[in-house]
Amino acid sequence: MKSAPPSIAAVVEGLVASLKHQPGALLPILHAVQDELTYVPDEVIAIIADGLNQTRAEISGVISFYHHFRRTPPGDHVLQICRAEACQARGAKQLESHIKQRLNIDYHQTSADGRVSLEPVYCLGNCSCGPSIRIGDAIYGRVSPARFEQLLDDMTTQVVELV
Amino acid sequence: MTLQIFVPSDTTACSLGADTIAAAIELAAVQSGADIELIRNGSRGLFWLEPMVEVETPAGRVAYGPVEISDVDGLLKSGLLDGNLDHPLCQGLTEEIPFLKNQQRLTFARLGLGDPLSIEHYLAHAGFRGLQHALSLSPADRVQQVTDSGLRGRGGAAFPTGIKWKTVLDAEDDQKYIVCNADEGDSGTFADRLVMECDPYILIEGMVIAGLAVGANQGYIYLRSEYPLAQRIMNEAIARARAAGYLGGNICGSGRQFELEVRLGAGAYICGEETALLESLEGKRGMVRAKPPLPALKGLFAKPTVVNNVLSLAALPFIFDQGAQAYADVGMGRSRGTLPFQLAGNVRQGGLVELAFGVSLRELMDDFGGGTFTGRPLKAVQVGGPLGAYLPESQWDTPLDYEAFAAIGAVLGHGGVVMFDDTVDMGEQARFSMEFCVVESCGKCTPCRIGSTRGVEVIDKIRSGQQPEANLALLDELCTTMIDGSLCAMGGMTPFPVQSVMKYFADDLRPLADRER
Ligand SMILES: Cc1cc2nc3c(=O)[nH]c(=O)nc-3n(C[C@H](O)[C@H](O)[C@H](O)COP(=O)(O)O)c2cc1C
Ligand code: SF4
Ligand code: FES
Ligand code: FES
Repeated sequence: MKSAPPSIAAVVEGLVASLKHQPGALLPILHAVQDELTYVPDEVIAIIADGLNQTRAEISGVISFYHHFRRTPPGDHVLQICRAEACQARGAKQLESHIKQRLNIDYHQTSADGRVSLEPVYCLGNCSCGPSIRIGDAIYGRVSPARFEQLLDDMTTQVVELV
Repeated sequence: MTLQIFVPSDTTACSLGADTIAAAIELAAVQSGADIELIRNGSRGLFWLEPMVEVETPAGRVAYGPVEISDVDGLLKSGLLDGNLDHPLCQGLTEEIPFLKNQQRLTFARLGLGDPLSIEHYLAHAGFRGLQHALSLSPADRVQQVTDSGLRGRGGAAFPTGIKWKTVLDAEDDQKYIVCNADEGDSGTFADRLVMECDPYILIEGMVIAGLAVGANQGYIYLRSEYPLAQRIMNEAIARARAAGYLGGNICGSGRQFELEVRLGAGAYICGEETALLESLEGKRGMVRAKPPLPALKGLFAKPTVVNNVLSLAALPFIFDQGAQAYADVGMGRSRGTLPFQLAGNVRQGGLVELAFGVSLRELMDDFGGGTFTGRPLKAVQVGGPLGAYLPESQWDTPLDYEAFAAIGAVLGHGGVVMFDDTVDMGEQARFSMEFCVVESCGKCTPCRIGSTRGVEVIDKIRSGQQPEANLALLDELCTTMIDGSLCAMGGMTPFPVQSVMKYFADDLRPLADRER
C-alpha cells in the first residue's frame, strides 16, 4: 500500500479526528478535505475509511456519486457555467460555447496554462439575472461574452479577490 | 443627522456588483464628509433593479436601480445623499413600486428591510412572536394550528404539512428530527436562498416551532453547495440565535431544547428528493429509498423525521403569530395561503413575487414580469422546475393553484416560472430534459437511468431526420415507460416537459433540415 505524503496525511487525519464523531460525518469530512486540499486525493481515502470504520470502496463510491467532489486537482480557479433552463433562456448556450472556445477546453477539463478548470452547474439560484457563472465562491450574473473577457483577464493576469 | 443608505448583500445583488457599489458610496461619503450609515440589507427581491440602492427619507425609503458602478458618481453628485427624486435611476418610494406594492408578502414581509443578521432588527419586525405563541400551546395544538392553516409543502409535492407533523408527533421515540430541505435544485427558483440570505432567523424560528410541535430536539438544514453565501449567513445566524437563547438547551427560558446545524450537499439534484437527502445526511450516496417506510416514521438514522422545504418552515412564524385563520383566509380552493413565485429566465422584471394562490399565470408574467427581457414574443413557460411541463400560450390563463395546474398536466412545484421568447428551440429543451435526467439520476431504476439516455438518442435521431415518425412513436413509448416504471419523480416526471413539447410545440421536434430557422 502506498503511503500518503506526511503533510497531507497529517492534515486529513486531523480533519477526520475532529469531525468523525458527528452523525453522518462523511460528507462534512469530504467537504473539509476538499476545502483544504482543493480535491480529494486517492491517498487520503484509506485514512478516511479507517477513521470511519468503513471500506475504501464505500468512501470512493460516495465521492464518485457527488458532482462537487473531485479526485484530481483543479486549476487555479474553478469556473462553473450554469447550464439550467432559466439561464438557457438568457443565452447560456452561446456563453458556454464562447467560453469553451476561448479556453480551448470542454467541461471537466483544465486550461493548458493551468489557470481555469471548467465545470457545468445546474442552477446557482440567480435565475432572474442570467446567464450566470461562478468563479470560486463568487457568482456573477448577466454575463455577456464581453463581461466574461474582463473576468477572464482578472483570473489570468492577477490574483483575483474572491469574496 | 445620519442618513441611512441601503445596498443589498444577497447573491443576486452581489453578482451584479453590489459590493463594489457599497464600497464606492462609503468612500465618497468619507471624502465628502457626509454623515451616512451604510447598511447591507437583504434584497427586496426586485431583481431587475439590482443592485438597488435605497435611501431613507422622511417620506420613506427611496429606491435607485439598477445601479452600475459607473452610476455612483453621478448619483452622489445629483444628490443621492439627499434623496433626490429626479435622477433617471430613481424608482420613487420603494414601497410604492407596483411590483412590490401589489404583492401579498406574508412569509417575506421583512425581506430586504434591514441587516439580515441583526436579531434586534428581526425582533423589531415581529420576529420570534410566532415562537412565543407556540411555546404557550400544547404539542397537539401546535400541530392543529398548522393543519388549520391549510399549509401544504412548498418543496413541490404539496403534501399537507399538518398531516405529516401529526404522524411524527404520534410516533413514539426518544429521538426525532426536523430536516429542512434547502437543496433548492429547480432551475428558476431562489426563494429558499432569499430566506436564508436575507431573513435567516425566520427559518430558525420555523424549525424551532416544528421541533416543539413534534417533539424533536435536533434539526438539520440540508443546504446545496451551490449556495456559499447562504451557508455563511445561516451559520452566523445560528450562532447568534444560540447566544441569544433561541436555540440550545433552554429555548426562551422554557426549558425546551433544540439544536440546529447546517449540512452541505455536494451538487446532486436528486438529493432534493427527501429520501435521497436523508441518505446523503447519513453520509451515503444519495440513492432514493423505497417508501414505505415513510420518513415521518423511519427517517434520518431510522428515527421519526419531519422533512420540510425552507418555505414551508418559513411560513410558520406568520401562522403562529397571526393565527392559522389569517393564513387560510387567502388563497383558492385547497391551495391556502401564499406561494412565493419566482420570475426567471427571459423576463423583463424578474424577482420574487409572493401572492395568494389564484392569480393567473398570465397576470403574473404580464403585470409583475412585464413581458420578456428581450421584448420579443413569449413562446413557452416552464413552471415548477426541470420536471415541469412547458406551457403554451393557450394555458397561460390557468390560475396558479395546485389543482388547476394538475388538471392540465402541469405542476406549480416550488413556484419557479421560467419564461422563453420565440427564439427558443423547444426540441432542444426536450433534449435537455432527458439529458438532465441522465446527469442527475441516482441510478437505482432502469427506466430512469437507461431510459433518459435512450431519450437523448431518440430525440437526436428525430432532429437529424432519421426515421422521425418511428422515433417519435418510440419517444412516446419511452416516456410512458419512464412514468410508469420509475421509483421517484425524477424518472417519473422527466417525461412531462418532453411530452408537453411533443404535444404543444410539435413543430420544433421536426427534423432540423425541414425547418427554416
Ligand atoms: C427529484 C426531486 C427533487 C426534489 N428537490 C427538492 C428540493 O430541492 N427542495 C425541496 O424542498 N423539495 C424537493 N423535492 C421534494 C421532496 O422530496 C419533499 O417532497 C419535500 O422536501 C417535502 O417538504 P414539503 O412538504 O415542505 O414540501 C424533490 C423531489 C424530487 C422527486
Ligand atoms: S427514478 Fe431515477 S432518480 Fe428516482 S429512484 Fe429511480 S433512478 Fe433514482
Ligand atoms: S438557471 Fe442559472 S442560475 Fe438558476
Ligand atoms: S430597519 Fe432598523 S429595526 Fe428594522
